[in-house]
Amino acid sequence: MAELHYTKDHEWVSIDGQVATVGITQFAADQLGDIVYVDLPAAGSAVASGTVVGEVESTKSVGELFAPVDGTVVESNDAVVSTPELVNSDPQGEGWLIKVEFTELPELLTEEQYKELIA
Amino acid sequence: MSFVERHIGTDGVAQLAMLDAVGYDSVEALVEAAVPRSIAQGVIEQSTIPAAIGEREALAELRALAAKNHVRRSMIGLGYYDTFTPAVIKRNVLENPSWYTAYTPYQPEISQGRLEALINFQTMVADLTGLATANASMLDEGTAVVEGMLLARRASGAKTNVFLVDADALPQTKALLVNRAEAVGIQLVETAFDGDLPEAFGAFVQYPGASGRVWNPAEAIAAVKAAGGLAVVAADLLALTLLASPGELGADVAVGTTQRFGVPMGFGGPHAGYMAVRKGLERQLPGRLVGVSQDASGQPAYRLSLQAREQHIRREKATSNICTAQVLLAVMASMYAVYHGPGGLKRIAQQVHGHARALAAGLQSAELELASPAFFDTLTVRVPGRASAVVSAALEHDVLVWQVDDDTVSVALDETTTADDVRTVAQAFSAEPGEAPRGESALPEDLRRTSDYLTHPVFNTHRSETSMMRYLKYLADKDYALDRGMIPLGSCTMKLNAATEMEAVTWPEFASLHPFAPASDTEGYLELIEQLSAWLAEVTGYDSVSLQPNAGSQGELAGLLAIRGYHRSRGDEQRVVCLIPQSAHGTNAASAVLAGMRVVVVATDENGNVDLDDLHAKIAEHGDTLAALMITYPSTHGVYEHEVRTICDAVHAAGGQVYVDGANLNALLGYARFGDFGGDVSHLNLHKTFCIPHGGGGPGVGPVAAKAHLAPWLPGHPLQQRDVVVGRSAEELPAHANVVSAAPYGSPSILPISWAYVRMMGSEGLKQATGAAVLAANYVAARLREHYPVLYAGDNGLVAHECILDLRPLKAETGITVDDVAKRLIDYGFHAPTMSFPVAGTLMVEPTESEDLAEIDRFIDAMIAIRQEADAVARGEWPADDNPLVNAPHTAESVIAGEWAHAYPREVAVYPVRSLVRSKYWPPVRRIDQAYGDRNLMCACPPLEAFA
Repeated sequence: MAELHYTKDHEWVSIDGQVATVGITQFAADQLGDIVYVDLPAAGSAVASGTVVGEVESTKSVGELFAPVDGTVVESNDAVVSTPELVNSDPQGEGWLIKVEFTELPELLTEEQYKELIA
Repeated sequence: MSFVERHIGTDGVAQLAMLDAVGYDSVEALVEAAVPRSIAQGVIEQSTIPAAIGEREALAELRALAAKNHVRRSMIGLGYYDTFTPAVIKRNVLENPSWYTAYTPYQPEISQGRLEALINFQTMVADLTGLATANASMLDEGTAVVEGMLLARRASGAKTNVFLVDADALPQTKALLVNRAEAVGIQLVETAFDGDLPEAFGAFVQYPGASGRVWNPAEAIAAVKAAGGLAVVAADLLALTLLASPGELGADVAVGTTQRFGVPMGFGGPHAGYMAVRKGLERQLPGRLVGVSQDASGQPAYRLSLQAREQHIRREKATSNICTAQVLLAVMASMYAVYHGPGGLKRIAQQVHGHARALAAGLQSAELELASPAFFDTLTVRVPGRASAVVSAALEHDVLVWQVDDDTVSVALDETTTADDVRTVAQAFSAEPGEAPRGESALPEDLRRTSDYLTHPVFNTHRSETSMMRYLKYLADKDYALDRGMIPLGSCTMKLNAATEMEAVTWPEFASLHPFAPASDTEGYLELIEQLSAWLAEVTGYDSVSLQPNAGSQGELAGLLAIRGYHRSRGDEQRVVCLIPQSAHGTNAASAVLAGMRVVVVATDENGNVDLDDLHAKIAEHGDTLAALMITYPSTHGVYEHEVRTICDAVHAAGGQVYVDGANLNALLGYARFGDFGGDVSHLNLHKTFCIPHGGGGPGVGPVAAKAHLAPWLPGHPLQQRDVVVGRSAEELPAHANVVSAAPYGSPSILPISWAYVRMMGSEGLKQATGAAVLAANYVAARLREHYPVLYAGDNGLVAHECILDLRPLKAETGITVDDVAKRLIDYGFHAPTMSFPVAGTLMVEPTESEDLAEIDRFIDAMIAIRQEADAVARGEWPADDNPLVNAPHTAESVIAGEWAHAYPREVAVYPVRSLVRSKYWPPVRRIDQAYGDRNLMCACPPLEAFA
């Protein structure tokens, strides 16, 4: 069972070995509203923790995707690029965005801490 | 009655009733309580604004000014051509308030008519340019080229700051590129595309060239693209009916103007520029983009697409600072294509080309040398040492040709050129017209157009004037404009656009002048421009005004560029930080970036004012890198911020300049002046405060006004007749003349509107209008406060000229959203107020001075009734997912088709107020699915079957 973490930028990070799967939280998806476009980094790109690596755009707003870890993108979710509404319907499942291979895991929020953040 | 009484909707009796509700004895007492004492305007000893006159007298004065303009046959060209405006379009669009008083189509359900006209425009441009997607128009050709350059930089992966510029580009375009490129660190390299090209992120090609030369740029385009750059081609749409399209030549982006499609030259504007892009670049487009989506019944419906690209959402990361189009002019140009159709346009082009060939043949028989054997409508002729003699000879016959230099003259022909004109011009060169055999062409074989265009039925149906007139009426009937009722949009000032103010716009003396006509032919215009500039300077407390910026966003940019120029002239190159309050309009941030500045956000406090502690902290933090503060006054929260003087002083003390955004000037005229309380520079919106109609989303005019120390950096123009900016001499101007628009005075043909407004109001009338506007907003706030909290207030609990109603508590209590309320207002016969700006989940209401008490009360009553409907939902009387609010707006079809299965009666759906039975605006579509349109982008006319 992968462990689930969160960031203050309203992303969830699921850790499985050295690979982090990243998406936006239900809260973020609800705040954005109808998501119409997702821009993700290509597999193979190097990303640095805390930098903007993609965008999630709704009809009325734009959310930036921050890399939660230093590492290399091993996969980005083509399904959400062609069907952006997946991020609304299942943000923490089928609506995942990128998988990043990392060496070191920075300090992330626990579910409890994140719930407190959005309370 | 005086004009002031015609313009202000509330009379003395109504105002007393309103004052009673607000709790003041007089308008004067109310405004004095609302406007902080520290900024109150002093007495102006020697006013430049004459006492008000009546409508008849103002028209007489305008006639006298018009008589000082001299209309000749213009063959100057350079991007501006005489054209026949079909009378059916002039009367039914340009002079029709159903078109010119509409607002930007943010509420698509009540804007389907002009959205359809705009999608026709986009289809026309995309077809003619051979590219996938066109936007809903640009401000003019010159700025469209600049936007093309910026687009190329965003989209290109090339790691260079070099942009190539065609040596044969229009002079005004070159100047604009120079002025704009410098601020954002782009290096321009001029080239004739005849040798090896330096590495570049993009290149700009003029097609045909400014000299008239037609050449095949396909190879140059391929070379630019092979090196990772993008090709931006400025193309003449009429020429494209005969010439291979930019798309077919490999261009990524096409730009230009649609002026010669039936839009008068107007001494430079307004006209609709255009931009089209190849597939894959849609999301990089600046400006408005109309797309097809569907409504709640699954019927096709139009809306503005991909708005998340734009400055109001993406702020400093937007694709552009442009927040308006030239809708009225784009509608005219699209209707010109609808009226003529592809065959008609081609015949016009062939006629123009035929005259050009006849002239060329005659000149060549007289042994004169043409710069290019291949041309469409413009000839550049070598006349060693005789250029000025040729120009004078033509002038004697009332024909204007262009002197390129001492040895060269260019002549541009157009739709209005006759065989007699050709003879006159030939004779000016001491030649006679030659033979131009039918069927031949001076266009290169490999560039002749073979592809179709304008094949959609809309361009092939309305040939008779009856059909055209009815199509225009059919579209106009779908839209809600000021001719139906109030448009209470906060921060947009949808006041009366009086018919008398509009009169002069279409007079030939104002409509038919070329922007580069000789100064002696344009004295009436120049006098009007100088007077209006002086009046605007006086009412804002500034010294100098440039009327050139043809939108508020361009005025902002011009003002910030002036600040940049000022700092740099003092050796303060490091001053690049622009402080912008959190609540500012997104355009502020987008403009700052384009002026080469770095945006730093200043927090606002719980009352919506600038957080003084944060301001002081940010000033201290950025020290001598502080360039400017941009602040809106009254604030975007609709209140007279008490500490504005303190704020301005703090910025000045730190060496910064203060930019005051004039969006809300309608709350200030006659009571306070930007220049008096600390502003160094501002832009005004003549389309808000000074009665130029919104045109359904443009034209706008955004003059920039400044203190004397910034005057040297205000916009001028390399081809201007006279520098009219007070406080500098033309010799001081750099070669690019700080130019921000294609034409020297921006959009002069609509300046008579603002001139007439000030002339008929006088200083006293302008002040009365402010008072009436402030009273109306406070009256709305007072009456609605118990139903919807008024979010912000200033001194004594008063708002300025608008008020923000907080609908978030409503949502929390009833589940009804700001969208539901906005759409339900349509059922009640209203255009919604501004939604979710500057605070999400709110409505910002600006009634303006022009609405009468009955209309204001009708609006208030509708808002109260909607509150009661929402409460009924909360009480469970109607289901949360089936009530008149979430189902709004209701079309006629939706209430008569089939069984009525809703939880509320049909009468509640469409006649919630009894008076609607007699007079009802019926929306043509139900609520539009915003997400569907963005996920399934389609920006051209849908096939007719889609509407089956």
